[in-house]
Amino acid sequence: MKKIEAIIQPHKAEQVKEALKNIGVDGLTISEVRGHGRQKGHKEVYRGMEYEVDLLPKIKIETVVPDSRLQEVQQAIATAARTGKIGDGKIFIYDVLDAIRIRNDDTGEMAL
Amino acid sequence: MLTSAALVLMMTGPGLALFYGGLVRAKNVLSTMMHSFALMGVVTVLWAIYGYSFSFGEGNSFIGGLQYLFLNGVGSAPNADYAATIPHETYMIYQLMFAIITPALISGAFAERMKFSAMLLFTCLWSTIVYFPMAHMVWGKGGLLNAFLGGKVPTFDFAGGTVVHITSGVSALVCALYLGKRVGFPKEPMKPHNLTLSVIGACLLWVGWFGFNAGSAVSASALATSAFVATHFGAAAAALGWMFAEWVKHGKPSMLGGISGCVAGLVAITPASGFVKPFPALLIGLLAGIVCFWMVSTVKGKFGYDDTLDAFGVHGAGGTLGALLTGIFATNAINDALKDSAGKALPLGWVDGNPGQVLNQLIAVVISWVLAIVGTWIILKIVDAVVGVRATQEHEVTGLDVSLHGEEGYNLEA
Repeated sequence: MKKIEAIIQPHKAEQVKEALKNIGVDGLTISEVRGHGRQKGHKEVYRGMEYEVDLLPKIKIETVVPDSRLQEVQQAIATAARTGKIGDGKIFIYDVLDAIRIRNDDTGEMAL
Repeated sequence: MLTSAALVLMMTGPGLALFYGGLVRAKNVLSTMMHSFALMGVVTVLWAIYGYSFSFGEGNSFIGGLQYLFLNGVGSAPNADYAATIPHETYMIYQLMFAIITPALISGAFAERMKFSAMLLFTCLWSTIVYFPMAHMVWGKGGLLNAFLGGKVPTFDFAGGTVVHITSGVSALVCALYLGKRVGFPKEPMKPHNLTLSVIGACLLWVGWFGFNAGSAVSASALATSAFVATHFGAAAAALGWMFAEWVKHGKPSMLGGISGCVAGLVAITPASGFVKPFPALLIGLLAGIVCFWMVSTVKGKFGYDDTLDAFGVHGAGGTLGALLTGIFATNAINDALKDSAGKALPLGWVDGNPGQVLNQLIAVVISWVLAIVGTWIILKIVDAVVGVRATQEHEVTGLDVSLHGEEGYNLEA
């Protein structure tokens, strides 16, 4: 099993969710996060006071999939989240030791 | 007049409470709103006991007498000197609303770091030592600057450029200097936490200001209409002035710039509103928008004082500019209340051929500045000695809402 963690532009969140739904990925977790990569922040001016805003709002999507589906799912996310501009975000992939469904103690891929 | 009185109260709460509340950080939103709200209670009590008498009683040139103590004799019979066509009590409640908003304006300078107890004591003393005497000098019978009731230095201040805005704005600067900077200023970001609240507040101020200025005609008359028009024109031109100045300097026009500009314009047109024609009103507004933008974005940075919400840059600077421009643009074509013995309207400002009026206005400006600086400094010393002015660093960093009031503005998980 692999965990896919994608940090994407907030305005792409709906499209990524839709793409995952279309290929049958049911379980996912979304959180609002702030951060930056190589993308620079922007400047805000309030009554002449300038503020450098370098932590930008992003959306983090996490989902765990069977090894066999990894390629398909990561591509779906990348395609849906891409604008081709700097700041589109990153996808990280981790090995998952096990998964347990709390309701009935299913384990491994059965629990996904 | 009762509607106007209600409109002026609406400027303090919710108008100013929302305007200022949105500009501070989320951890101080309630403490900032409470400054405005608490004054609706405190100043009312002072006014009833002695404030109205000290302001509008017949005393000497500087302060009113004691004949209206506990509102004695302030009833349904009109006071011919102030407003011959409405009950004296109506005039009293209308003037109270001005006394409430003036110290509330100062709170913009000490927001986010003053103790609540200090704020209450400061306000009681400030109303007594600065506001009541100033109101008497400009509007009270026999006051030194009262152009219509026997003042020795006749000054035109229709709705409170000197009494309300210079006194509050200059006192705000003294407070900002005395209290010192907020912890972390200017290194840490201190962005306004909710500008949508501020927009609502500023627009309520704009509407309420019609009661403030047009109501100051104390009658439903052509003069009231003229003041209404001047007020609106001043606000509109100033909003544009600030916005475009900012657009040129920083590359982007902002909502905060627009609302700051409209307030600056309303401030500057306040003393002039019952004396000037519509086009001078536009000009006064435009100048106020640009000058106040420059004060807030450039001058404040050069001197480095921390006037949290720019009470000085907007009210002090805008009020001073408006008071002086009133001396230039006041005309008897709008206000013919001053007549010579033959019943002919006397010239008012420079445009009427009375350049000396600008000097009178300048004297009034200097008196208000001096009274505000000296009075506020002494009061702060007293308050500091009695209860301590500034919140502890721990309270300030935690936020005054939780540490002083035991509550938070936004309990989103509740």
